[in-house]
Amino acid sequence: MILLKPNPSSGVPIYLQLMGQVKHAIETGALKPGEQLPSIRPLAEELVINPNTVAKAYRELEHEGVIELRQGAGAFVSDKAPTQQDAERLKAAQALVAQGIQRLRARGITDEEIRRLIEAELAGVYRSGGPRGE
Amino acid sequence: MFTEAEVHVVSDRPVIETAGLWKRYEGVEALRGLDLQVPSGSIFGFLGRNGSGKTTTIKVLLGMARPSRGEARVFGCSPSGQDGVEIRRRTAFVSDEKDLYDYMAVGEIVAFTRSFYPRWRADLEQQYLRKFELPLDRNIKGLSRGMRTKLAMLLALCRGADLLMLDEPTSGLDPAMAEEVLQALVGHVAAQESTVFFSSHQLAEVEQIADHVAIIDRGQTVVSDALDDLRARYRRIQLVFEGDAPEIRVHAPGTHRVRRQGRVITVLSSSSGDAVIQELRGYRPSSFDVSPVSLKDIFLESVRTED
Repeated sequence: MILLKPNPSSGVPIYLQLMGQVKHAIETGALKPGEQLPSIRPLAEELVINPNTVAKAYRELEHEGVIELRQGAGAFVSDKAPTQQDAERLKAAQALVAQGIQRLRARGITDEEIRRLIEAELAGVYRSGGPRGE
Repeated sequence: MFTEAEVHVVSDRPVIETAGLWKRYEGVEALRGLDLQVPSGSIFGFLGRNGSGKTTTIKVLLGMARPSRGEARVFGCSPSGQDGVEIRRRTAFVSDEKDLYDYMAVGEIVAFTRSFYPRWRADLEQQYLRKFELPLDRNIKGLSRGMRTKLAMLLALCRGADLLMLDEPTSGLDPAMAEEVLQALVGHVAAQESTVFFSSHQLAEVEQIADHVAIIDRGQTVVSDALDDLRARYRRIQLVFEGDAPEIRVHAPGTHRVRRQGRVITVLSSSSGDAVIQELRGYRPSSFDVSPVSLKDIFLESVRTED
């Protein structure tokens, strides 16, 4: 599995970036159920990030049922991890996003603006309901 | 899943604690009630402008300067008392200048330093000599800044210390060398269960490897938190209006700065922004943006820039 170096200055916590990468790797099939993830120390050294951050990402992924932590053995992709089916669902959703973005670009909205609009929308700025799913 | 050595049990007792630390030097108040708590097993970034009191703090923690008032504890011991020896035994310090005996060769200083420390890690010595590609027979005087730093780091890493205290460990290094030093640090913390306390002006580096940070300004702590909590809390909110932006007054807690410029108002919030957003929505701006904030922005917002 290839995990990329997170962007430390994006303002997004590094453990969340790592969690996203692992989930993405599972959804695309780069990581399959039962496969082992790198252990904390080598991964921290490879990505040059804090080992406590890697441990936090793994703990949260375990909490979400994405991976299993087995005593003394390491971290493994859970059999119950969201996989291909969800990947299909996400692929369909991605097509919608792609369409939306294309239309916005056609109106001359820049990518940076699109990013900020989406961020604001998710933060519930334009709605009265506030953010969901937290 | 993890072996004992892999999981960091961040214990309750901080490795470093100061409470209301004051230090007066020749009429100048270098520290003015500094509070600091460094959790065990953390990589702690200690930030502040030049002259904000970072080096004085480190000197007090190592027993090289006595505080005028207040208390400092390292491993629960007072640095200026009898216990100071215990602190210095368990702490490896690398100064900003990377002071080393210039007349020695690399191999000589390694052997010399090794002789002082019973917990010296010969395995790490071999490992870092190879990794850092240090020439054993070269005189220290002739080393480049990068080589010198790597040598000083090697001497600190091999001591088997429980605490690494590093003053600007990567200053003057090119990005590749800086990355090597950071990599050695994260590997060390992962393997040795030690704590790293380092000062730095390289905020991107701090964001990369630290889990806790403190920002000090004029001898006082202005921010001290887990880095992920800071990232989760701070937001920049920008409002754009059709005409001139109205005069606004924000009451929500955690509102740091409100800037009004023409049709735009920018607000920095340190309380995840939700309450501020609710409040600001009432002004009916034509556009509303919320974005995460980098450590650099938090730093610039927290320290006073006028001299």
